[in-house]
Amino acid sequence: MKILVCISNVPDTTTKIKFVDDLKKLDETGIQWIINPWDELALTRALELKDEPANGIEKVTVAHVGLVGSEPTIRKALAIGADDAIRINADAADGYFVAFQLAEVLNNDPYDIILCGIESSDFNCSTVGGMLAEFLGIPSVSAVSALNLENGEDVIIREIDGGNETVTVPMPFVAIVQKGITKEPRIPSMRGIMMARSKPINVIEPAAIEAMTEIIGYEMPKPRAACKFVDAENPAELIELLQNEAKLI
Amino acid sequence: MSVITFVENWEGKFKKLTFELVSYTAKVAEMLNTTSIALSIGSVESSELDKLGNYGVKKVIHIDNDNLKILDNQAYTSVIADVATREGATVVILSNNNTGKALAPRLSARLKAGIGSGVSKLPVSIDPFIVYKKVYSGNAFANVSIKSDIRILTLSQNSFDVIETPNEASVETIEVQVENDLVKTNVTDIQKQAGKILLTDAEIVVSGGRGMKSGDNWGPLVEMADLLGAATACSRPVSDEGWRPHEEHTGQTGKIISPNLYFALGISGATQHIAGVSASKYIVAVNTDKDAPVFEAAQYGIVGDAMKVLPKLVEALREIKSK
Ligand SMILES: Cc1cc2nc3c(=O)[nH]c(=O)nc-3n(C[C@H](O)[C@H](O)[C@H](O)COP(=O)(O)OP(=O)(O)OC[C@H]3O[C@@H](n4cnc5c(N)ncnc54)[C@H](O)[C@@H]3O)c2cc1C
Ligand SMILES: Nc1ncnc2c1ncn2[C@@H]1O[C@H](COP(=O)(O)O)[C@@H](O)[C@H]1O
Repeated sequence: MKILVCISNVPDTTTKIKFVDDLKKLDETGIQWIINPWDELALTRALELKDEPANGIEKVTVAHVGLVGSEPTIRKALAIGADDAIRINADAADGYFVAFQLAEVLNNDPYDIILCGIESSDFNCSTVGGMLAEFLGIPSVSAVSALNLENGEDVIIREIDGGNETVTVPMPFVAIVQKGITKEPRIPSMRGIMMARSKPINVIEPAAIEAMTEIIGYEMPKPRAACKFVDAENPAELIELLQNEAKLI
Repeated sequence: MSVITFVENWEGKFKKLTFELVSYTAKVAEMLNTTSIALSIGSVESSELDKLGNYGVKKVIHIDNDNLKILDNQAYTSVIADVATREGATVVILSNNNTGKALAPRLSARLKAGIGSGVSKLPVSIDPFIVYKKVYSGNAFANVSIKSDIRILTLSQNSFDVIETPNEASVETIEVQVENDLVKTNVTDIQKQAGKILLTDAEIVVSGGRGMKSGDNWGPLVEMADLLGAATACSRPVSDEGWRPHEEHTGQTGKIISPNLYFALGISGATQHIAGVSASKYIVAVNTDKDAPVFEAAQYGIVGDAMKVLPKLVEALREIKSK
């Protein structure tokens, strides 16, 4: 059995986001690039499954659509423990483009379990996993908060509005994972970092296809009105303001 | 041509998010000068289906099929795509909730349609088709041009007003074929949280952070939520510590919500926390540290000890409720 984890390369979640070129382009100065947090959790879960010999997982591969600049992020995934990596050498124009590229590769090199994160923390789209499954014509399970293998079969918990469902789908499938999939992301060990240097990154040229969407410009959030402070000795005044000024309660 | 929305039901009933979706769909159809349709899948009574017309859609299509009793993403995608194609839909609208996020991307690949996900406003323009959406977890917004002939939008919950209009929709029940082997999802167990206001549905949310000190101190917070008809939430360390259940964790890696009012009690306001709640219309913060970043996101604040402030808030609320 083989597991593929799709990873995106995003600015560290504490980055102060700024734009240049008349709000058309992200200002990349000083940005630390990281593995998208959910993808890091997905990778950790894949490795946990592989650690259990009874699961019979031969390898965990990470796949990324991006230019050479994102190789440090791929190396980090290898240092955490992925066995090898695929990089599709193209700028990730939009979710449709990314999913299409991944599907092209997977059509020739199938995996049993494909993991995607619920969203990339940069564009917050929540699209690649579902699109990829549809391009491949395989099942997808979304909002996955647990993934186990029992006698070679998957047992998945997905969140629904107001609860959870335990489901199983035939392999191959795409699981779109969220919080809960594992507790903490794995951190690369010294040995892992050394080994990552010699692990293969298989670079593949992209298929010809156009993106469906284009970001034409950014806007910064409107500054919120300054906070109005109420005396700690008199919280009733806060309730009064919420009732009569903001008319919220 | 048409604009179509897929409406989910919960045990045969619609909820506020459905009416937001339908109101939004009717408005998008108006912008495009075309007709609006709501597609309901599942067992829903006709009186419930009739309600959808009150929010401006012209037609309701109803499908009830045994093979659509559970959410199988492939089966649902196939049925919705077929109806959208038959109705000449140029815009397909879903909720940005769990179900919408599961189906919209599949529909996108199926219909060769670009997605605008998590929109909170009407399209900025329709030719070119441009939508406004949150990026960088609410730290910025983007205008996104969707270049395909069909576009898919997912609407954030509680971000678009329900608009009632005098209107009656025609309700059409149609039969579809869903082959057994199309359905690949096998549900073996369902665990429902009964009787709780869902965090994603709530208009008021009362949330506590590590400043609450221990899981044992949640009594007044829950009481305040009950008095307000609010849902309870927490920051990530609180659920990590097991003080509160995981489904209450809000923030970048937890639930992303947009209530009218969010109380942050003993929460520092780290960017990853605010990322999940910045779409709230109002944020109220109580924190002992006057320099806590949460006050930058809040409209109302109290610098003080949540343990002392909370009981007083509860008392004041009880008083206005008794009037
Ligand atoms: C990739 C990533 C993702 C993350 N995702 C999330 C997420 O989704 N959600 C999330 O919440 N966090 C998330 N975090 C963690 C986040 O960075 C913060 O660590 C976390 O939000 C802090 O929680 P807190 O405010 O409850 O606790 P603290 O930071 O410990 O803050 C406690 C606050 O309470 C105040 N306080 C202390 N005592 C009292 C009192 N008696 N009365 C009133 N106030 C008091 C203090 O002044 C302080 O401001 C993430 C971090 C990373 C790296
Ligand atoms: N450029 C990319 N390369 C590989 N996988 C990606 C890329 N972008 C997004 N993904 C995957 O798709 C998930 C959802 O991202 P998105 O649809 O962009 O919000 C991420 O968590 C990744 O698993």
